Amino acid sequence: MACFIVPTAEAVAVAVVRKLVVKKELESGKAKEVDGAIVAAEPGAILLSRKIMWLLNLLLGGAILLAVEHIWHGEVVPWPPFLTAMRSAADTRAMLFEMATTGVGMAVLVTAVWFVATLVADRLVARSVASVALND
Amino acid sequence: MTLVITAFAAVAATVAWYATAPRNQYRLSVLALMYWGAVLMWTVDGIVEVIGGGAFIDVSDPAVVFDDAMLGMVVVLTGLIVWVVTLLIKDPKHVFKHLFAA
Repeated sequence: MACFIVPTAEAVAVAVVRKLVVKKELESGKAKEVDGAIVAAEPGAILLSRKIMWLLNLLLGGAILLAVEHIWHGEVVPWPPFLTAMRSAADTRAMLFEMATTGVGMAVLVTAVWFVATLVADRLVARSVASVALND
Repeated sequence: MTLVITAFAAVAATVAWYATAPRNQYRLSVLALMYWGAVLMWTVDGIVEVIGGGAFIDVSDPAVVFDDAMLGMVVVLTGLIVWVVTLLIKDPKHVFKHLFAA
């Protein structure tokens, strides 16, 4: 019905957080701007802003593709109220219930998978840095 | 079926990203993450269906399977369009700069 709205809302919040994190990383010297891209000042570390960008791509990309599914099934239309479930009170209640269960579940699973992926990425980077140090 | 087709697209995009890494000049990570995000979200959808007594992937009716497969193709195409637009806007190879500055 409208479960993709929950990950979309999270993506908006994550985008705001990322802007603040980028500003902080640039101010602290952890990051620098090269060719319009934010990169780590020192090699061998993954910037938090970069990790947050992964989450943003997961949430926003997934939400866009889910929105396509909802358009395909006629649940999202280009005229008000845009969500067909908002035409009656009973459907609106069902939509809100779906958002609170399926939508929140989607946002939680994506965030959990992203969190595990960041831990794995940190470990992989630490291992490659250690192996380079051993070879030197 | 939409989930399966999107999962195939996610794997293909991830392989393509790995093959071109670490330069990531074509921003294939954006495409891969977009597909993986949708796969995770549809997984939750499938789990909710199973909890409600339905099937994780409905293959009982050929018409439904065909409709889902067509939707899967449209989803993959939409992902590609979003990725191409992102690529053209970000222009990581500075193609437009070289084209119009020359």
